[in-house]
Amino acid sequence: MAARYVVAPAAEIPPGARKVVEAGQGRRIVVFNLGGEFFALLDRCPHQGGRLSEGKLCGLVESDEPGVFRYGRKGEILRCPWHQWEFDIRTGRSWHDPERTRVRAFPARVERGAVLREGIPAVETFPVRVEDDYVVVEA
Amino acid sequence: MNVVRPIAAPGRPAVATLGLFDCDIHPRPLSLEEYRPWLSAEMWHRLSTYGIRPRHGFAKGYPFPKAAPLASRRDAWPPGKVPASDLDFLRAQHLDFHGIDIGVLNPLQPSGQGDQNDAFSAAMAYAVNEWQLERWLRDEPRLRASVVVPYEDGEASAREIRRRAGDRRFVQVLLMSRTAEPLGRKRYWPIYEAACEAGLPVAFHAFGYSGWAMTNGGWPSFYIEEVSEHATSCQSQVISLIVEGVFERFPSLRILMIECGFAWIPSVGWRLDKHWRKLKDEVPHLRRAPSEYLRQNFWVSTQPMDEPERPEHLLDVMEWIGWDRILYASDYPHWDFDDPRTAFPAFIPPERRRDIFGANARALYGMPAA
Repeated sequence: MAARYVVAPAAEIPPGARKVVEAGQGRRIVVFNLGGEFFALLDRCPHQGGRLSEGKLCGLVESDEPGVFRYGRKGEILRCPWHQWEFDIRTGRSWHDPERTRVRAFPARVERGAVLREGIPAVETFPVRVEDDYVVVEA
Repeated sequence: MNVVRPIAAPGRPAVATLGLFDCDIHPRPLSLEEYRPWLSAEMWHRLSTYGIRPRHGFAKGYPFPKAAPLASRRDAWPPGKVPASDLDFLRAQHLDFHGIDIGVLNPLQPSGQGDQNDAFSAAMAYAVNEWQLERWLRDEPRLRASVVVPYEDGEASAREIRRRAGDRRFVQVLLMSRTAEPLGRKRYWPIYEAACEAGLPVAFHAFGYSGWAMTNGGWPSFYIEEVSEHATSCQSQVISLIVEGVFERFPSLRILMIECGFAWIPSVGWRLDKHWRKLKDEVPHLRRAPSEYLRQNFWVSTQPMDEPERPEHLLDVMEWIGWDRILYASDYPHWDFDDPRTAFPAFIPPERRRDIFGANARALYGMPAA
């Protein structure tokens, strides 16, 4: 059963930034802020184990016919630093084989310090203030 | 779905009980200045003024982007440096991390191999070889060097090989796979003669700036074409080496193909044998079926692994080539690097993987057992 982890004050991961945290069972999880939305993925490529947190966030180049290109979803596609496999940070699904090849994605969201109950483990030691926002990952 | 695999942590493959050899590591100078101590004033002037001039364009770049900057893993950049330019970083990220026992350096660029100017190419090869010893091997006993040669000049290449003969720090002669003429042509025979004398295998590594497209249909548009067509460009080298009679003249010559793939090899053997039965009198110097030379005189590296859908197809191909002919290669620090723990499917029997990691390289390079 998934546990909830307070991984960082929201202000610590501004839009476009990322943070690697360890959450439960020594798992490394990388948390992204995409324009105010937070997404969390296991920090391990399902292919050969490259650290996805070292990868580049880019967009998706699509084409309906040879010679015609479309660039979209800027910042939402994570490329593994090793073999360039692309993953949708919203879902963890790979671009080349979305049904079968995916990196584990964990629900992530922002919660007010005031509503965070006692007993949710923080992965680092930081004070939880009622008036601040925190990133919470279910992992 | 709830199985959590361990994070990317240091470690070596458990089956590598006979050692872990990596036959393909690509060191790079931070700048051309690193070669300067071993270049004459004239050659340094030439290098610093005119740069390296391969036989075709894009000398300072690539015809197309190669997947990632400098075709390297994005996590392989030491702070402020370029990938594989820093010994400590290479140790930490690769040799220590994966428990590599012996790693063979294959300097690709900038090396001056295949340069238009033969004398300059020879001077650069000498400098790159000294640089490997001084910059990399002196402080790291796990590394070995390749004899970089100015391969378009057979005699100069032979001189460089003879200069290094007997120096056990050098374990192979290094060529690129794309040359001005097919590798079986007589102009390259002095390389083979000197290599046999020195007891060194001759490795050729995929790529090269030969002046020719790697396809016989002209220049490709995409990098994916180039990396896929290494197979076809290497086929022509294999066929040339065999049918020109190189292995009749130098039966002890051992060729290692690095990063060329390997699943195409059996079909080349079949095709050659089929035609040879009908066309023997065109190549009367061949006393055996071409596939026999292919099996006797060639070795291959694993990276990139071919990945057929059905396991038995891969096993059949590796069996045909010879389980003792296949060497592990990481290609560090390049973007298509293979982690030794994850590059091989589990259906390859453990004792075969053990040999791919250790025994086969020991035998090819003539190193004592662990």
